[in-house]
This record gives sequence, C-alpha cells and structure tokens, in this order.
Amino acid sequence: MTTATAPNVTATAACRDADLLDERKKQVHRAGQGPIDMACNRESLAGAVSQRACVFCGSRVVLYPIADALHLVHGPIGCAAYTWDIRGALSSGPELHRLSFSTDLQEKDVIFGGEKKLAAALDELIDLHKPKAAFVYSTCIVGLIGDDLGAVCRKMSEKKGIPVIPVQSEGFKGNKREGYLAACKAMFQLVGTAPTDSVSPLSVNILGDFNLAGEIWIVRGYLERMGIQVVANITGDGRVDDIRRCHGAALNLVQCSGSTMDLARMMKEKYGTPHLRVSYLGIEDMADSLYAVAEHFESVDPGIVERTRDLVREELAALMPRLRDIRRDLSGKRAAIYVGGSFKAFSLIKAFRHIGMNVVLVGSQTGTQEEYRELETVCDPGTVIIDDANPLELSHYVRELDVDVFVGGVKERPIAHKLGVGFCDHNHERKIALAGFEGMYNFAREVHASVMSPVWRFVPRRSRRAASPAGADA
Amino acid sequence: MTLDLIELDGTCAGSDAVSGSCACGGSCADGGCADDCADGCGCSEAPEADADDCGPASAALLTPVALKAAPSTGGGKPGKTPRPKRPDFVSTTNACKLCTPLGAMLAFRGVEGAVPFLHGSQGCATYMRRYVISHYREPMDIASSSLGEKQAVYGGGPNLKKGILNVMKKYDPALVGVATTCLTETIGDDVGGYLREFRNEFGDLGLPEIVHVHTPSYNGTHMEGWNAAVRALVDQLAKERVEPHGKVALLPGFVSPADLRHLRDLVTDFGSDVVILPDLSDPLDGPALEDYTPLPEGGTPLADIRALSGAAAVIECGRSLAMTPTGPSGSSGSTGSSGSAGPATAGRVLHERFGLPLHAVGLPIGLRETDALVAALEAVTGKPLPRRHELERGRFVDALVDGHKYVSGKRAVVYGEADLVIGLVSLLTEIGVHTVLAATGTRGAHLAESIAAVTEGMLPAMPTVIEGADFEEIADTAEGLSPDLLVGNSKGYRYARQWNIPLVRAGFPIHDRFGGHRLLHVGYAGAQALMDRIVNAVIEKTQSDSPVGYCYL
Repeated sequence: MTTATAPNVTATAACRDADLLDERKKQVHRAGQGPIDMACNRESLAGAVSQRACVFCGSRVVLYPIADALHLVHGPIGCAAYTWDIRGALSSGPELHRLSFSTDLQEKDVIFGGEKKLAAALDELIDLHKPKAAFVYSTCIVGLIGDDLGAVCRKMSEKKGIPVIPVQSEGFKGNKREGYLAACKAMFQLVGTAPTDSVSPLSVNILGDFNLAGEIWIVRGYLERMGIQVVANITGDGRVDDIRRCHGAALNLVQCSGSTMDLARMMKEKYGTPHLRVSYLGIEDMADSLYAVAEHFESVDPGIVERTRDLVREELAALMPRLRDIRRDLSGKRAAIYVGGSFKAFSLIKAFRHIGMNVVLVGSQTGTQEEYRELETVCDPGTVIIDDANPLELSHYVRELDVDVFVGGVKERPIAHKLGVGFCDHNHERKIALAGFEGMYNFAREVHASVMSPVWRFVPRRSRRAASPAGADA
Repeated sequence: MTLDLIELDGTCAGSDAVSGSCACGGSCADGGCADDCADGCGCSEAPEADADDCGPASAALLTPVALKAAPSTGGGKPGKTPRPKRPDFVSTTNACKLCTPLGAMLAFRGVEGAVPFLHGSQGCATYMRRYVISHYREPMDIASSSLGEKQAVYGGGPNLKKGILNVMKKYDPALVGVATTCLTETIGDDVGGYLREFRNEFGDLGLPEIVHVHTPSYNGTHMEGWNAAVRALVDQLAKERVEPHGKVALLPGFVSPADLRHLRDLVTDFGSDVVILPDLSDPLDGPALEDYTPLPEGGTPLADIRALSGAAAVIECGRSLAMTPTGPSGSSGSTGSSGSAGPATAGRVLHERFGLPLHAVGLPIGLRETDALVAALEAVTGKPLPRRHELERGRFVDALVDGHKYVSGKRAVVYGEADLVIGLVSLLTEIGVHTVLAATGTRGAHLAESIAAVTEGMLPAMPTVIEGADFEEIADTAEGLSPDLLVGNSKGYRYARQWNIPLVRAGFPIHDRFGGHRLLHVGYAGAQALMDRIVNAVIEKTQSDSPVGYCYL
C-alpha cells in the first residue's frame, strides 16, 4: 500500500486515483496527461466529506475584517459561534469585528419569525457599540422562514443613522463563491456614499487581502514607498468610511480574485475604476504586481517605475541571501497544495520553486475551469490537479506522491500530520505574514521548520527508511 | 438553597468589553488596545469602587457573597469604565455554547466504525469539523447531505440517501449516525421516513446500522445534541434482551480522551469489564499511522451497544443530565431531540426497557463526585475500591492539605457545559476556592440546584448562577465579583486577558493550547491534575506580579 519505498514518484506511477467516486473523476487531472476538463464549480457531492463551506462562510470571510462594523449573524447560534474570532484579520484600531454577535434564533422565532428579534438585536447592539455600519448575515434558516431582512435593515438604518446592510448569505444557496458575491453586493452599497476630496490621483484600493497576519500592512508599506495612496483596504484592517469613499481611488488591486473580483467589476461598471489582478505571494508575483501598478501610473508620475525598481532591488538584495540556506536544505523535497481559491496555488507553485521544492499535488475548493487550465501550464508534468477534494483523496495522493510538506488550512492539517507529513498553514489560523518579500522569507522558514524537523524519522511512514543508516532523511 | 435561576438584570455596570476598559491612552477608546491592556498598561491599576454603580439593593439580595467580599478583595481586576446598565438583551454576544448537531457528531464519533453524517447544508459539517479538529488535532470526518437550494424546496430525501450510499462506498462504515440541522428541521424533512425508504430500497446491499437523531440548532446546545445522540444510539440499537454478561455500562458524558482512558482503567481495576458509550478516547486521540484509515480505530463496538441489556448496571454521569424532564421532546431545555417520547436519557432507556439498575452520578470531578462514582462501582461489583485508586485518593487528600493556603478564598468564575461546571465547582469548593459565578449557555439545566448541592455548607454563600449565558453576560456579571481566576474552555481567554487574571483551561474547546484533549479532569487523578494546574496558575500569577522575583513559593 505504501509508496514509502518509492520516493521518486513520477508521472508514470500507477494511477489508482484514490478509488474515486464516479462523480468525482472529472474533478481530478494529472498535468500533461490529456486535455484538462475539470467539472468544477458544481455542488458538492452528498456524502463525500467536502472540504468546502457554505455561502455564509464566503460572506463572513470577506466582510469579517471590517473592524468598525457590527457583524450580526441572524440565525441559530452555530453560524456565529464557529466564526467567532477564527482568523487573525488584524486591525490597527477598532476591534469590533472580533466579537461574535448572533440573534441566536430559538424554536419560537423559527415558528413566528425572527424579524422582531432581529430589530431588537440591532437596536441594542448599535446603541451599545456605536458601529460605523452594520452587516446582517442571513443564514439557512432565515432564507426558509422568510424574514424580510431588507425591510428590517432599512428601518434600523433610518432609526440609527448608519448603514445597516443585509447580506444574502443563506448557507444552502451555493458554495463560498455565492457568499463572496453577496459580500461584494453588500459592500457596494457603501461605496460612493462619502466625498473623495483628499484622494490623490496616485491612489489604489487593496481588494481581497484580509490581513490575517499583517499582510496588508506589508503591501501598504510597499505602495506608500512607491508614492501611492491607499484609499481603502478591502477588507483586511478595513474601515467603513474608507470603503464609502473608495470609488475615488484611481485603481483597484484585486487579490484573491474569487472573493472580491465582483466588487471590482461593479466599481468598474459604475465608477469606471480600472482593476489589476495581483498576487502578493512569492517573489515574482509580488514584484510583478508592483511593476504593474507602477506602469499603470507611469503617465501620471514618470518617476514611479524607477522607484519601484529600487524598492524591488532593495528587498531582493535583503531576501535572496537569506533564502539560499533554506533552499539548500529543501532542494528536491515535494510539496502538496490545497487551498480555498486557486489564485493562491499559482503563487505557491512559484514560491516553492524558489526554495527548490517540487509541487506534486495542487488543488482548490473553488477553482474555475479557466483557472485549472492555467494552473496546468505552470505545473510540472504528472502533478495531480484536484478540485473540491476530500480527506480520503487528499491522503491517497499525499501517500502516493510521497509528499514532504502539505500547504493548506486547518482541516487539512490532521490529514498531513496523521500520515507523518509536514504542514504549513496558509489559511485562517496562520499567525505569520506570508505576503510580500518578507512574507516569502517567512514562508520559506515555515516550510523549512516543518520539513527539516527530526520528527519525521520517527513516524511510521518513514521509520523503516530511517532504520537503515543511509535513510532517506539523513 | 436557591432552586430558581438567578436573573441578573440590573446588576453591576461593568466596563465595555469592546471599547476598551483601561486608561491606557487614546487608542483605547476605539478598542485597539487589547495588546497593551493585557500587558499591564493600567487596566488593573484602578481599583476604585468595584460595585459602586451597581444596583446594590437587588444585587445584594441575589449575590450576597459577591457584594460583601468585593470591596475587600478590591484587586480591581475587571476594568472600571462605567457603561450603561445591561438591559434585557435579546442578542447574543460571544456565545457560551455551540450548536446542537455538533454534540451529536462528537457522540457518533465515539462509536466504532461510525461515520457522523449531517443532514443539512455543506457548511455546517465543514465548520464543525474545523472546530473539532482545532481542539483534538485529529482527523474528524463529517459527511453531509450537502443540500442546495433545490433540495431545500423539494426536500432532502434524495440527497440523504445518495449521501449514505456514497459514505458506504468510501468508508464501509458499521454505523452512520445521522443528525439533522436547522435547515432540514425547518423544511420538515421526515428523516425517519426517508431512512425506512432507504432500507427498503437498498436492503440488499448489506446496510450499515443507521441511527438518527433530531438536533435542530435552534433548540438546545451541543450538550443536548450529545445527550440526544447517546440516547438515540441506545434507543435504536439496544433493543433485544441478551444473556447477562455482567459488564458495567458507563455513560460518561462529554469528557476528554484522557478522562475516558482513566475511567476505563478505574472500572477495569474493579475487576469488571466496561462498555463506555460513547468512547472518543481512540478515535479522537489516535497514534500516528502509516496509512490513512478512512475510519479511525476504536470507539464503542456496535455489538457492545446492542448487548447493553446484559449489563450488570448502568452508570450515567451528569447531575444536570439526570434532571432532564421526561416528556415529549422538543420543549426548550429537554433533550431537544429524538422525536420520540419516552425516557429522557440513555440510562433511563436501559433502566426502563430492561430493568437495569441505574446509578445516576455527577461527572466524577473532584473528591466527592468521584467518591459517588466509586460508591456506585462498589455497589455494582461488590468489591471495594482497588488499592491503586485508594492511594490516588489518599495522595489527593494529602495534596489538598499541602496546597490549600495558595488558593484558599480565591474567587473563581466557572463556565461551560452544565455538568462540567458542576464538577469543576465541586472540585474548586473542595480545594478552598470560592466560586463566585457559575454559568452555562444551556437553559433548563437546573444548574443552581446542582451548584447548591455541591457547595452546600462549604461556601460563605451561594455563587451567582446563570443559565443561557453568553460570555458578555458572564463578563458583565463577573466584573462586580472581583474574580481571581477563570476556569473553563479557551473561549474565556479574552476576558482573562482583559482582567489580567489566569484562565485555567478545562473542557472543550481548547483552541489556544497544545494537548487540550489530553487534559485529565475525572477521578482522583483528575482532581489532582486539576488542582495542580489551579494552584500553579495562582502561584504563577503571584510570582509574575511580584517585584521580588521569588524563587521559592
């Protein structure tokens, strides 16, 4: 069963494909083996233990970091309890977002409707916390009992004099993507409601970074060094007032295209704001992103390209020597990537190349056909590409491909660890910033700390090899 | 003895948890000072008038100890910024409970070869898995029928059936434990009916056992879900009367893998075999593996559950559980589950169906609650406490004496599941700590009655007791009580940090420490372990607060 004796797994390795359920076969592909045609973005298969979440989760992830807004979950307690302070989403000021507010619907509310309770909850919470705005998240049950969220929110908005915005995030109405869209629609109600007087012509909004571990501060630092004003962080370390005037910015930088591209599109349509797709992960993507921004503003400020080049040069001069030692240790080791949105996968593949590692498995919860097609072009032949995977499939490939480190979220961690494989948290629970040039170093160090730990020689998967003096880990 | 819930409307107006409670500068005002505060920027330096702006008259009636003692302790732990009196809030802030199906999923995980299955939308399963994994650091697969919009309209039957078939194909489970969610309860899915159809349609496939339980998340908490699932397992699987085999049936409640191992040893040391239901000890604390197994090893064997009628007796842990009223389910505070009338707990099902002697004891935390379990075991087995455990007890009593001065009169706030809280309060009382506030997110738990029972004659006054509490209510109440420490799960951390007092972690979840699932709470050894941690938390606080740098304490 084990592949431990065959460390050099290649594209020709027998493909049991994890005894995939028939419906799942079109969601796995091996790079270089025939045309890629992923049946992705479909509903998760009943009983398949998907790693996916729900519409509510998508909305909550996007809006959560807006730190001076009240985030009220209208529904039974679970949805609020499981999302209480679960991600870093660091704030440099207010921290209202770190509290978990719920209407905690009870049986009688389900029978008689929850509108009154919702209104009372908003009333008391807005009075107590004085937020700049309130987001009211709809959950499965609210979609069923037919509470008129819009009406309650409108009424409270008038009464309290702040935007009270419904988020149509009924869990069962799709997956995270629909939740992203609902969040973008909610935010779009704020955009354009405040004056843009002090906004510079050299200005951007940062979309799609949630500042889980301070990433947005790193990126803002770079942009400010280039002479660019950041109008709104959307949404990491986010503020309601910034979002209200963010239509004044000259450019939208969109990371994590899945989550905030919809907002960028809406702003393009209504305000003509152009957008650039960027990524802050890894050396090339970070540098390319900054250069793209510089090019965009070159006509307004010709010096910006030079400033950007200096910035990148400076950062790389500091970074590269530090990466060298890490690369020496990690060269030839194998990585698996399983992330929420596939955009991250692109950057991670490149980042792993910089530290000498091969990506042998890459997958996401919510990638699109187009993204998977692009993904294949940056993968080595034989790399397994997988959509909406489950633990059994992931563990199968981790073993088959003899992975040294798995990059994923907390749900993937026990799979990797149970099989004695290193792990790097690239999701909610990380506490170390992985964006930008210093983020690249942090990432390399994280991977190094896991892969180079002595513990792997004791786990069952490896202990046999370690028993011989010329063990593979030596 | 106060049997009624103590309502706290109009008690002390404490600081605003969000808008900063200290005088550490401008950033406080907008709540950005969490870091500074905990580092001692001045949060704790303002001991002015602990309870001055409380409603003294009404509060004094309800919490005499607190108000009498508060000014004299005067440590000024909680912040002092006055804020408007807490009205009768309808919203919940920072819940002190989880949703009903989560408890059922955990209980089903404790059966050998089981796959917990949620009938609902995909997100519930994923959120719960994440929550559980962060505590146990073990794989926790929860299948879902992944209902979408169409199924929410036309019913989830086809998805439920297809989901079970897929689970059978991938996991080959011995049991599928199906729990409902708010979604499927609200659309009125007839899960029992669907499962009957399923058995008819696919009976030729060699079906696993399928146990189902109603766990609408708008009714009850994760504890009701747990209890309902345990009850459903017994109710739906232990149907036949079998030859007596003399094993002890132990229904331990929601305790840690370390606790379950200790309880197994205890009963085994009495010379008896034991069936523990559910048994999470191996499924959620297993060894490193070479091959990922779809199903973790361990858990209560199905055969043992089916043969429970042959047990010598059943011991059911949990004072609050024992007070679950019998009657049609669905009413608030009942088991919230099962859809069938009849005995309210698993233990009572066995007692009433097969006449098994039922010993209802508390969660065996602390000396007296463990003594009660031991007395039950002595009665069932006819044997005295084995020497090994007698020695553990003796050492614990010795430690009580050695450690009493460190913690005598310290004031604790305890929160969490009702039965855990009762056990912890019992232990704290024995070691001389005064519980000033005991709170649970559950309603109808009869917490005050049990707290009165385990503290009777040992505290200057009855602790304040709150049911249906969220953490903000706990905090608001605690602010008038000058607590020295918090005891409970890791979700109380933000308050411990705000008040600069220790949090002694116990129960579930522990998301901010390593090895939370290996904590021992039960038995004499568990009492010892807990006492060591509590005493050391107090010592550590003394040591770090002292300018002297004592190295003897």
